[in-house]
Amino acid sequence: MRRTLSHSNPHAKTLLMDITHQDYQVQYDEAAATVRCSGSFRLHGDEYKPVLDLLTQAADARPATLTLDLRELQFLNSSGINTLSKFVLQVRKHGASQVLVQGSTRFPWQEKSLKNLQRLLPALRLDIV
Amino acid sequence: MAQTFGEFVELLAGDGEYLKIGFHPSSIPLQQRWRNNGLSADFLADYLSTFFPGEDLASAERQSQIKDAVGYIANELLENCMKYSHASKQHLVSIEMFLEPGAITLYTSNGIAPARIEPFQKFIQRLLTEDIDALYTEQLERNAEDDDGRSASGMGFLTMLSDYGVKIAWNFSTPTQPGNEVAVTTMVRMPL
Repeated sequence: MRRTLSHSNPHAKTLLMDITHQDYQVQYDEAAATVRCSGSFRLHGDEYKPVLDLLTQAADARPATLTLDLRELQFLNSSGINTLSKFVLQVRKHGASQVLVQGSTRFPWQEKSLKNLQRLLPALRLDIV
Repeated sequence: MAQTFGEFVELLAGDGEYLKIGFHPSSIPLQQRWRNNGLSADFLADYLSTFFPGEDLASAERQSQIKDAVGYIANELLENCMKYSHASKQHLVSIEMFLEPGAITLYTSNGIAPARIEPFQKFIQRLLTEDIDALYTEQLERNAEDDDGRSASGMGFLTMLSDYGVKIAWNFSTPTQPGNEVAVTTMVRMPL
């Protein structure tokens, strides 16, 4: 796994900006308050920790609108659904951000399972096209 | 006497077309086994989709839905087998897929550690008797508070029941000799 770290400000907490693996990628665009996940996530247990850390960091920045772009996310196992849920609950705890989840009808699981995130955060906007 | 939970439908060779894959869970490291889950699940899903040719837009859509569902369910079942199968070599892990005109049925089988049987059966009882949506939300909230990474168990079954409209049932074998371990077979039946 290759991670790109930002060292622009030596006094700032080191920010984890993206995770690149041959099967999956996570990218945090801080300026756009957007996290993009793509590929296939079939990780187990602790392997999701770097992904959760990155998502938590995006939530902790408390932007007015936080976008989770999953349009290129082909596959997500239940541990991954659990990880996204933890992120949504973190946003709910802060109560500072609107969440927009973008999905694609090309991957049928997204229409089936992403709506469950709204059970945790009813104001979450789901945009699957 | 085997113990069953839920409406366990037993299909045998002859009840439609089927495909079975079996392996020893302890013969390769976990990382490699995990990769095999994905490969096996994708293989089952790809293989199945040849029975549903996507000739027009509606059937292409249906093929994509079925392929996606089988890929997800098979992967979750295999992950459970890998996580919970007992380390001894008494039982192979296997996955079987049966295709009938009205349903696709998947079975996985694995040995189970004696200490896991009771908590697993308690959870099965909850899956079979409680409101799935409420249980789903409860489990996610509980997982979020619990950082040890082990609590995600159960989400596979909950997503299958909540999002894929399947029936799930379990069969626990009874060892015929002392020292033999219990094998659990999980059935997931998806109407077509």
